[in-house]
Amino acid sequence: MEYILIFIAAVFVNNIVLAQFLGICPFLGVSKKVDTALGMSAAVTFVLTIATIVTFLIHKYILDSFGLGFMQTICFILVIASLVQMVEIVLKKVSPALYQALGVFLPLITTNCCILGVAILVIQKEYNLLETIVFAVSTAIGFALALIIFAGIREQLAMTKIPDSMRGTPIALITAGLLAMAFMGFSGIV
Amino acid sequence: MSNVKIFSNGILKENPVFVLLLGMCPALGTTSSAVNGMGMGLATTFVLLCSNMAVSSIKNLIPDQVRIPAYIVVIATFVTVVQMCMEAFIPSLYASLGLFIPLIVVNCIVLGRAEAFAAKNKLIPSASDGLGIGLGFTFALTLLGATRELFGTGKLFGLHLFPEKFGSLIFVLAPGAFIALGYLIAIVDKLRKA
Repeated sequence: MEYILIFIAAVFVNNIVLAQFLGICPFLGVSKKVDTALGMSAAVTFVLTIATIVTFLIHKYILDSFGLGFMQTICFILVIASLVQMVEIVLKKVSPALYQALGVFLPLITTNCCILGVAILVIQKEYNLLETIVFAVSTAIGFALALIIFAGIREQLAMTKIPDSMRGTPIALITAGLLAMAFMGFSGIV
Repeated sequence: MSNVKIFSNGILKENPVFVLLLGMCPALGTTSSAVNGMGMGLATTFVLLCSNMAVSSIKNLIPDQVRIPAYIVVIATFVTVVQMCMEAFIPSLYASLGLFIPLIVVNCIVLGRAEAFAAKNKLIPSASDGLGIGLGFTFALTLLGATRELFGTGKLFGLHLFPEKFGSLIFVLAPGAFIALGYLIAIVDKLRKA
């Protein structure tokens, strides 16, 4: 039950993009087509889950036990950056098909703030390992959900007539605002 | 280009939020009030100034292949400094900015300026670039925060301008951030073209 609550809260109520404003760059950058949105979501889900588990273990067994809590930011970002590189190299060897599919999205993920954000959040919320995994996966699903819905809307938006100054990012942000309003309807269920 | 020009360039012509569209996450996440926006902006300015100066002074010592990780370590160090100082001296601001302080590390503006400007220029121009871009970011965040605070609660920097019941709470909540920023970017775009 506890895990279902974490899942629903992370996907709908505290959606990582629309309620917590993490990962806005890919949300605005790669949401012009549904296909690329799917690719990005898959890459984020993959890296987010692995990165959160690794940083959680490092925090618990290295930083905490040696009293190095102040090194958290430096340590996590380096771990994430090298992890993304490593995932890229391993994937290239082990599963070329998946590597092809995720392609350009993998290196972009290092600068995606939702990876570091989730890694720090699970430490702040004092989750255990299993809760951490559930939280990471459901956050990634929440990201994917928001990104894919948004990409679908933007595909339609590209064909409408919009005042010149509003074209591109402004109208995308306002659309995201309306989407966030829709997601606010979920607040209160957990 | 003179240092003054480099400095003013960052505030207006290359405003990171309104024109370059970088650093959107903190711009949306921390601007529920003008004071919060300003605090976040100044924290980022400090990191940007210090990291630009540090990167510019050590640029000849870093091998080209490992420059990005090296820059990240420099930036993360200054972010940790800001984080600890803020936690010690302004705990209320630290509490309301929360997660976004450590996330300055992954703010594209900071790494972007280190790579695009500081790695190629001398100490003084790099410092004025960092300060200019940082203050441009602060200006954008303060403006967005002030807009949201005014429409949401009828206050400006905590001063009551009109009764709270005329404000619409949605501007302080998440959707208002997106909508207010969308309109501000559109207005700035219109003014730049006019």
